[in-house]
Amino acid sequence: MIAIAYGWPDVLVFATAAILIVVGALGVIATRHPVHAALSLIMTLFGVAVAFVAQSADFLAAVEIIVYAGAIVVLFLFVIMFLGVDRDEGTRVEPLVGQRALAALGVVITVAGLITLMARSHWVTGATSVSTAGAPLASGSGNVRQLGTAVFTTYLFAFEATAALLIIAVVGAVVLARREQRRDAEEDTPDTPDTPDTSAASSDLEGSER
Amino acid sequence: MNVPAAWYLVLGAVLFGIGAFGVLTRRSALIMFMCIELMLNAVTLTFVTFARTLNDIGGQATVFFIMVVAAAEVTVGLGIVVAIFRRRASTSVDELSEMKG
Repeated sequence: MIAIAYGWPDVLVFATAAILIVVGALGVIATRHPVHAALSLIMTLFGVAVAFVAQSADFLAAVEIIVYAGAIVVLFLFVIMFLGVDRDEGTRVEPLVGQRALAALGVVITVAGLITLMARSHWVTGATSVSTAGAPLASGSGNVRQLGTAVFTTYLFAFEATAALLIIAVVGAVVLARREQRRDAEEDTPDTPDTPDTSAASSDLEGSER
Repeated sequence: MNVPAAWYLVLGAVLFGIGAFGVLTRRSALIMFMCIELMLNAVTLTFVTFARTLNDIGGQATVFFIMVVAAAEVTVGLGIVVAIFRRRASTSVDELSEMKG
């Protein structure tokens, strides 16, 4: 009945995206192994990319795969392997009594509130479609053209600000991951495992992050 | 005809809820970062849905900027995790309690 109302292909695409997203997200929070969580995250990101394509956001779907699944998850996996934390985290015992029940209750209330808000509110906006001059959203290369025009005209200042943000983030990451030998010798605390292999590994990290 | 936007909005809300539950319950800093990524993706899905519904490319442009900020956040966040791990040899947030008042 639902499929007849909206057409088989669209319902099928939505169902595929929904299954990928929900199963992947549950995998992220349920698996005890960090590597499995990262792989589940990739599954969710693919589902989100499918949902983007279904809603004619083709460029963002490509960026989602390339930047998120290709770069961010690989960075996660790199850090997991580098730190050697690829072992099971004990999730059997709760650190705080009743933490999971309270968290579940809060999340259920939040999601129910969001869905109620969606169901009851009527979306009224003032001047819509200013950036596309009334034209409907295009898919394919038209989507790239529309998005590029919007980013480089309406959102030009935000675009320049992201350039500064990325530079600051790169410098910050290098500063954080860097290990200065002289200052370490002065500030060394007794609980720091200052062995030759960690300093050798840290120089590896510096080299690969640059 | 395309499926109604409400379906995608509900999907985004559910994804946000799952991510929030993960942030609240997991103890590993790396997994918490992944759950924050889940919540960010829920918001991007909602933005794209509203861009389609309201027929405005601004929603998609916002998602573009969200992705840039998420990339920067992950870079700095994982740098902090690596720096903490050097000191403490652990990524569990339960052991980072020196700054409690």
